[in-house]
Amino acid sequence: MAAYTLVRSGGGILNALKGSLKTFGHAPQSCAALSGCKLVHNTQWRSSGQLSVQERIESKRRAALQGGGQGRIQAQHKRGKLTARERVVLLLDPDSFVECDMFVEHRCADFGMQADHNKYPGDSVVTGQGRINGRLVYIFSQDFTVFGGSLSGAHAQKICKVMDQAMMVGAPVIGLNDSGGARIQEGVESLAGYADIFLRNVLASGVVPQISLIMGPCAGGAVYSPALTDFTFMVKDTSYLFITGPDVVKSVTNEDVTQEELGGAKTHTAVSGVAHKAFENDVDALLNLREFFNFLPLSNKDSAPVMECHDPSDRLVPGLDTLVPFESTKAYDMLDIIHSIVDERNFFEIMPNYAKNIVVGFARMNGRTVGIVGNQPKVASGCLDINSSVKGARFVRFCDAFNIPIITFVDVPGFLPGTAQEYGGIIRHGAKLLFAFAEATVPKITIITRKAYGGAYDVMSSKHLRGDVNYAWPSAEVAVMGAKGAVQIIFRGKEDQAEAEAEYVEKFANPFPAAVRGFVDDIIQPSTTRMRICRDLEVLASKTQRNPWKKHANIPL
Amino acid sequence: MAAYRITPTFQRVLHAVKHASLRPTCWLISRHACYSTVYDPSEKTFDKILIANRGEIACRVIKTCKKMGIRTVAVHSDVDLSAVHVKMADEAVCVGPAPTNKSYLNMDAIMDAIRNTGAQAVHPGYGFLSENKEFARRLAAEGVTFIGPDTHAIQAMGDKIESKLIAKAAKVNTIPGFDGVVKNADEAVKIAQEIGYPVMIKASAGGGGKGMRIAWNDEETREGFRFSSQEAASSFGDDRLLIEKYIDNPRHIEIQVLADKHGNALWLNERECSIQRRNQKVVEEAPSMFLDPTTRRAMGEQAVSLAKAVKYSSAGTVEFLVDSKKNFYFLEMNTRLQVEHPITECITGLDLVQQMIRVAKGYELKHKQEDIPINGWAIESRVYAEDPYKSFGLPSIGRLSQYEEPVNLAGVRVDSGIQEGSDISIYYDPMISKLVTYGATRAEALQKMEDALDNYVIRGVTHNIPLLREIIVHPRFISGDISTNFLPEVYPEGFKGHPLTASERRELLAAASALYVATQLRSQRFLGQQRVSNTTQERKSWELCVELEKGSHMLSVSRSGTNYTVEIDGEKVDVSGEWNLASTLLPLTINGTHRVLQCLSRNAAGEITLQYLGTSFKVRVLSKLAASLSKHMPEKVPEDSSSILRSPMPGTVVAVSVKAGDTVAEGQEICVIEAMKMQNSMTAAKTAKVKSVHCKAGETVGEGDLLVELE
Repeated sequence: MAAYTLVRSGGGILNALKGSLKTFGHAPQSCAALSGCKLVHNTQWRSSGQLSVQERIESKRRAALQGGGQGRIQAQHKRGKLTARERVVLLLDPDSFVECDMFVEHRCADFGMQADHNKYPGDSVVTGQGRINGRLVYIFSQDFTVFGGSLSGAHAQKICKVMDQAMMVGAPVIGLNDSGGARIQEGVESLAGYADIFLRNVLASGVVPQISLIMGPCAGGAVYSPALTDFTFMVKDTSYLFITGPDVVKSVTNEDVTQEELGGAKTHTAVSGVAHKAFENDVDALLNLREFFNFLPLSNKDSAPVMECHDPSDRLVPGLDTLVPFESTKAYDMLDIIHSIVDERNFFEIMPNYAKNIVVGFARMNGRTVGIVGNQPKVASGCLDINSSVKGARFVRFCDAFNIPIITFVDVPGFLPGTAQEYGGIIRHGAKLLFAFAEATVPKITIITRKAYGGAYDVMSSKHLRGDVNYAWPSAEVAVMGAKGAVQIIFRGKEDQAEAEAEYVEKFANPFPAAVRGFVDDIIQPSTTRMRICRDLEVLASKTQRNPWKKHANIPL
Repeated sequence: MAAYRITPTFQRVLHAVKHASLRPTCWLISRHACYSTVYDPSEKTFDKILIANRGEIACRVIKTCKKMGIRTVAVHSDVDLSAVHVKMADEAVCVGPAPTNKSYLNMDAIMDAIRNTGAQAVHPGYGFLSENKEFARRLAAEGVTFIGPDTHAIQAMGDKIESKLIAKAAKVNTIPGFDGVVKNADEAVKIAQEIGYPVMIKASAGGGGKGMRIAWNDEETREGFRFSSQEAASSFGDDRLLIEKYIDNPRHIEIQVLADKHGNALWLNERECSIQRRNQKVVEEAPSMFLDPTTRRAMGEQAVSLAKAVKYSSAGTVEFLVDSKKNFYFLEMNTRLQVEHPITECITGLDLVQQMIRVAKGYELKHKQEDIPINGWAIESRVYAEDPYKSFGLPSIGRLSQYEEPVNLAGVRVDSGIQEGSDISIYYDPMISKLVTYGATRAEALQKMEDALDNYVIRGVTHNIPLLREIIVHPRFISGDISTNFLPEVYPEGFKGHPLTASERRELLAAASALYVATQLRSQRFLGQQRVSNTTQERKSWELCVELEKGSHMLSVSRSGTNYTVEIDGEKVDVSGEWNLASTLLPLTINGTHRVLQCLSRNAAGEITLQYLGTSFKVRVLSKLAASLSKHMPEKVPEDSSSILRSPMPGTVVAVSVKAGDTVAEGQEICVIEAMKMQNSMTAAKTAKVKSVHCKAGETVGEGDLLVELE
């Protein structure tokens, strides 16, 4: 959180910019570009007394639309980035944006900031509401061309205003982040602004979906707003997220690291798991965000959206009957199952490059949004480990919070053993996934495609955790462990291990032990899976289930 | 047994049967196979047949067995456990692991399977053990009938040298050349020089074009010798080679013969198989446009006299090379059912598998030569899992994630042994299916082939439909001006997909933008009551920017219902369709013409891949706003490919000829990859020093795997 207490050089907008730019590390270059450009500024309103109110309104609006001026807009474009307003217009339906607080200006009187030429109508963020495919959304888009998008009290206040309204109305909030950090000149007011936003992020959590799209720098305390939202997306090569930039890292830990390595899209989508997905560029990201938005309900009061669907709900998928390999040690791609079962093979995968041993994402079944969780046998045999548990748990909780049914495909050999996992706390992290599935009251449909071993079987939306419909494919093996390990324990010292193993396989490496106990509701032909899920979802649409009253549960964080 | 599904298309066939003065007691006409064959249940053949093969041919044989009331036994390798032929058969026996020499060529295991299942006869299909005299001998020793010719005929015709001698004696025209066993590269060169270049080198034991190489000079002879002998050894366990005069620009025309054990032999007309790539057939047709009745009769009679000379029984094929002056030379005789036999079945109405089974049992042929008609025209396209953009087809592998055969179209027959979900693996031939169309005339058959290819859905593996679709509409092919050099002559730079004309380009752009708009509109259609009301304006017109092959077009789209009018560069294109966005096929009417496109992929960023006229095109559709903003997006630099050698296909590394630090010349061999029994030499794209080698001999590599890096 120390990052936004950086340069305290007094006075002048350029210095201020330098200050806020330092936070994300490419200060010299950017500042050179910025000082090179003349500050184009409409000075008409200085002599405001002589102008009519109408003219002042017009001129302020014109100025607001210009943001930091043509020169900085060009600089923004040169970096391969769109301006705050261009982003809003591209993300929302044509002519649907209704702007709010266009006349808000910062209130800082120190370091020469009170000068008229340092005031920009709307300040460094564009806020309002609009529509994505006709559906309401609240939006804020930080304007890097105004003081490097730095967060002033006024900036924070604008964001808080749309968030408050979004919660009252019950509509999602999308934040387009492109900000150098705190407005240094404002000091603690800026800090207060961050906290005001954080509080709203927390209060809105589970009430309306919150999405962050990082489209430029986002550093220091600012990172905690995206971190508190439901989904964080990034733009490759042009966005960064870090607590402290490379310079500070170098001075504190003596590590040499580039911005990209430290907090680029690749780092956060593959290594840290901070971001949920990355897109090629601004245009690509915004168009994808429109598609993503269509999966989400507007609030926790709405059911999962249902779209016009052309894919027959009773479609059979013959290819699934041969998908699971005969040898239980052989891998297959869980995505093959998911793609062939969901509507139109359209699967919006969340965190595709992080903890790949579990697959999560959104799809539709007969038009209705569902959340899909699946073990991925192709990666680490689909075992559960720390990262995959956390990834899965967070996704399941989102679905549960927003009434999205959860479909779970199980092929899990168990939890990953080893000191790295134990020392890392697999016990408490694994418990998160267990907690999330158990707590969820949305419709839960589970399909055991092959292995469901040990504790991992319990965790993966089992009947015991209130799975509504639990199916097994004929290839399912529900057991405490694989045959080899089990035989070594049960028949310790017995001569003919192979025979014992065969006996164990015969007894347990099939769906019957679970089916005779009612732990799976039916053993189904894989090709009928789509049809059955669609039918079950129809029935479960009116499911109501409540957890005991509590202030809130205490998930093992 | 009695299915009376007779459609008008088969009237001709029925007529043929009447003409043949056969009095059927029982009919069975398959919807897709145009047989006039009589399946006479009173004619007892076998109770149980084992099919020593896999894939489409095993399925093909099983189909006829079912019609004849014969129980079937499939054999399979472990990876083929859930293959279609295994499911179709009454019984199935696993004969070993995936590699063919351990399963489908594993005679011990297959003999065990025969004994254990009590099969009375074995149909070998093609390839594998079909022309293996040792297998035929072992069957005979156990009293099991081999559905094919006698061991003697297999031996005589299987040996390229002996077969020529017999052919010569039977007064069959033969190719000038040298018949002999080649011991080493020097001898190969000497022989080649004696014959005179160009010469052809191939394995004596090998059938078809596999292992066949053409040499134009001494150096190429040496190389050809090395490859052919290696391939011969690995595929046939027999490294003998054959070198003969290579006839430039020939046609490959073959005569189907059918003979019984009573000295009767028929010729069932010809098949034109000139369209080949690397000496493997791609498109075949029957009859041939090139043959006149006199030549046809002459070829047929020579074929029959050869068959009689070796006391041939069963179905067999006599291959000829035909030069531009209609001189024909005997090439070889294939003593088995050919891959392309369906086209002969289409035009003659005979079920060749049934005839083979009858003959094997010892029945006499019921047909006389004058009963063999040429009814209509049949064309076969071999649909392969391969990338036609790489030397007309390098094997590709994968799982058929979606697969739909166009069998609902009239006059279409699809012989395949795979289904949705099947894996195309590196172990076996990458053929997906044989797509046969049949019509009264060649033009009709070709039109049906176009439709069939457009309606064929194959996803998950790269396939050669783009190439097949181009061949059958090429003016040279349509006019019948073809030879075995057709592909390299027509596409000297390699196959590049369908070249769009200006109007086709407009059609494609219009289809893509209409699809884009339909998708956009659908994404606004939420069902059910919304708590917060939706404001959707179903717009009537759109301004779009469409990118295709580096060209960018501004166009406007207006809609009324499901009809779209797209204005591109001042020209209007009308597009209408159902716009079922879940369907694999996209049937559209574009400017009044019915076209079936396929949407292979589309995403939120406006990228749409459409299969249009067989070729897949990448299109990007953006709103005018998005397009104008895209200008500011940074360009991402792709990696330099000239210094990186990647495997063009999945396979096994046979040899690596370089090591790190070596300097290689442009075109120099770097390593050899073997896939589907084919060896491919990988060469350097430029002269450079080898930076690092990432593969070693014996290793399995996937498509796109890094093999060698140059500096």
